[in-house]
Amino acid sequence: MHDMLAHAAQHHAPPTSFLRKHVFSLDHKVIGKQYYALALLAALCGMVLSWLMRIHLGWTNAAIPGLQLLSKTGAPGGVMTPEYYLQLMTMHGTIMVFFVLTTAPFAAFGNFFLPIQVGAEDMPFPRFNMMSFWITFLAFLVLMSSFFIGDGPTLGGWTQYAPLNSVGAVGGPGEGMGVILWMISIALFCIGQLLGSLNFITTTLDLRVKGMSLMRLPLTAWAWFITSCMGLTAFAVLMPACILVILDHVAGTSFFVASNLVINDQLQPHSGGSTLLWQHLFWFFGHPEVYIAIVPGIGIVSHILITSMRKQMLSQRVLIYCMGALAVLSYMVYGHHMFVSGMNPFSALAFSFPTLVITIPATIVVLIWVFSLYGSNFRINSASLFALGFISMFVSGGVSGFFLAQPSIDIMLHGTYFVVGHFHMVMGVAAMFGIFAGTYFWFPKMAGRMMNETLGKIHFWLSFVGTYCIFMPFHYLGMAGNIRRYSSFPDDYMQSLIPVHQYITVAALITGAAQLIFLYNLIHSRFWGKPAPDNPWEATSLEWSTATPPPFDNFGGKHPVVYHDPFQYGVRSSVGDYVMQTSPEQVQTEHDEK
Amino acid sequence: MASTVQEPPPTDPHRAPGSGQAGNGGWRNLVPPDNDRQAVLDYSPPPTSTAIWVVLFAITMMFAAFTSALFVRKGSSLDWQSFTLPPILYFNTLVLLASSITLEVARRRIAAVIGDLNSQVNGPAVWLYITLFLGLLFITGQYVAWLQLRGRGLYLATNPSSSFFYVLTVTHALHVLGGLGGLVYVLHKLSKSILRRNQLDATARYWHFMGGLWVYLLLLLWSKL
Repeated sequence: MHDMLAHAAQHHAPPTSFLRKHVFSLDHKVIGKQYYALALLAALCGMVLSWLMRIHLGWTNAAIPGLQLLSKTGAPGGVMTPEYYLQLMTMHGTIMVFFVLTTAPFAAFGNFFLPIQVGAEDMPFPRFNMMSFWITFLAFLVLMSSFFIGDGPTLGGWTQYAPLNSVGAVGGPGEGMGVILWMISIALFCIGQLLGSLNFITTTLDLRVKGMSLMRLPLTAWAWFITSCMGLTAFAVLMPACILVILDHVAGTSFFVASNLVINDQLQPHSGGSTLLWQHLFWFFGHPEVYIAIVPGIGIVSHILITSMRKQMLSQRVLIYCMGALAVLSYMVYGHHMFVSGMNPFSALAFSFPTLVITIPATIVVLIWVFSLYGSNFRINSASLFALGFISMFVSGGVSGFFLAQPSIDIMLHGTYFVVGHFHMVMGVAAMFGIFAGTYFWFPKMAGRMMNETLGKIHFWLSFVGTYCIFMPFHYLGMAGNIRRYSSFPDDYMQSLIPVHQYITVAALITGAAQLIFLYNLIHSRFWGKPAPDNPWEATSLEWSTATPPPFDNFGGKHPVVYHDPFQYGVRSSVGDYVMQTSPEQVQTEHDEK
Repeated sequence: MASTVQEPPPTDPHRAPGSGQAGNGGWRNLVPPDNDRQAVLDYSPPPTSTAIWVVLFAITMMFAAFTSALFVRKGSSLDWQSFTLPPILYFNTLVLLASSITLEVARRRIAAVIGDLNSQVNGPAVWLYITLFLGLLFITGQYVAWLQLRGRGLYLATNPSSSFFYVLTVTHALHVLGGLGGLVYVLHKLSKSILRRNQLDATARYWHFMGGLWVYLLLLLWSKL
């Protein structure tokens, strides 16, 4: 019976076979890279879709060469039909929100660095971790497969509102099998993220190395932990909602389709379903999802800013509390997406108040960043530039959120490009800048080579200026009454806005092309970049105290002991103006010496 | 003169933190610096203890979503038709609750065996087999309930009330099947004498939760259908 105690079951040996080493790997670092590759692939797909949409919005009757190969009925002769525009829009939103903004900053970087930052040799459940990635990858394949079946992908938008999501093929192209594939894909995605959250939470709580108390965790580790808690709650609600939609499709139930509903002159066989029910279930997931995308970015940017400032933040503890407050409040504000849904108007007030309140922790975070920058010896590089760019996007996009939090204003702006500009800046581009910042910062540790700084800075400035050129005009379009989701504006008052759309399209094409610089830099540096030292940024957290790239067990058979808070900068030590978390060295601040 | 150095929080290598307990200076890694895996098992509660609470929370959220959907759907239309629950559900409830008792007996006996190197494992295994049998009996009973409803003309799409009945009971049954898989896993580990206390505790906690969840669902179905 003593054998019962003799096995540490969680530990796994270094892989020897190709499949186990590179494909079905149990190593959190490989899984992190796989997530990153998936996000990169998805981002490219999403970007191409946005290009196609933008070209169509600028020049409605233009034939896009080769588009007819993707869909003969959706783009006869290469000219996009309105329905196909909506299908591309749906896929763009779904791919970007789920497979880029959720996977890259959370699953990719978190998988690679969370165990190292807490001092562990791996996640506690490596098989679940591997399953998490491959289920997510399967979800992506299922989603993309809808391009190649029947009448194509669903056209209901990434929010998949009822009753359109439940009525079947009568609702339009893609509303039959396209919706079913979308729901299966997202349900699979939920399972993958739940498995990931399970590993993230247990890693943070249970695998911290000696001396790594909770308040000594780096801000990124806190951000991933908080995000995983949000994911656990949100994805566990979205998955049953998807199941109910699938049942409405394949089993003839009536969860979301109201009675006596006529679509395309056909009376629907369903009865009594609640269309609002889907919106409640979806947005209970959907709004936290915004923070699932952005909170890791807040952690990454904070981490990079502190390293670049060479001094501590005004209050790291308050930053952690603010991220926690954002997470909690994100579940109380979801109704602001439903101000025009027909729900009880008094509910709008109940959701409007916490929506305004949630700006308080977000504002505190920004103020901490900005005031911490004052008087710092800031080091400019690609990572820190993107971190600063994140702040700019977060503020610019966040300010428009103040307007939309008011039900009376939102009713006017909700269906316009104002909302498109708002969420693209605060959620989409800001999170993307967080991903870029994290890539430039951690690439040396992940790949063992440095990225090209000059190309990185060119990439930043083109992206920064380009992003404003694309999304600021969206706000003006919205205020001018330009309705969103329309594929063209042929013969009404919106026609005068088409030149603005053409300008945005040109900006989008150039900004998108600038991302090819990043792609080139990433691939070229991976193979031919300058070899990276162990700690190129003179940073302090545990990932910089191990070899580059980290060995299989992360610390080469040793296990670090933590002596310091995560960001000890602006001190005098034997190595410079910083002291590693693992260093037992007695150090003094300049203040102490005076 | 102030200094920025901070010693690691004090640790007590002789203290064995309870399951889910945070701390011991944060030293909860699976492998200690001297690579003495035997030693770390004594002091470091494996993450399974935390993980099972995470799993149960996710399941709770899932059924909370179904529950809120039921309330909204019932209140949103007049097409809701109530029906009497199949009586076998009450028998199934007793079976599932009994299985919790037998599993608890098994868990306590195995826990005692783990603490006694000279004990035999055959005794506790019998109680695990009984639990497994009761679990399978519960699933069979649920299947009979579905057949009985079918016999009364109540299918998945007949009415929203029957839709929710099938959705809730099938989803719960799938989770119970997961618990049965856990029991088989525990039996396998036990037969090879490599069962760890936390694995047993986590499986038991999950199984008890399934029992509690079923009682909740039964009350919900009884009061709302």
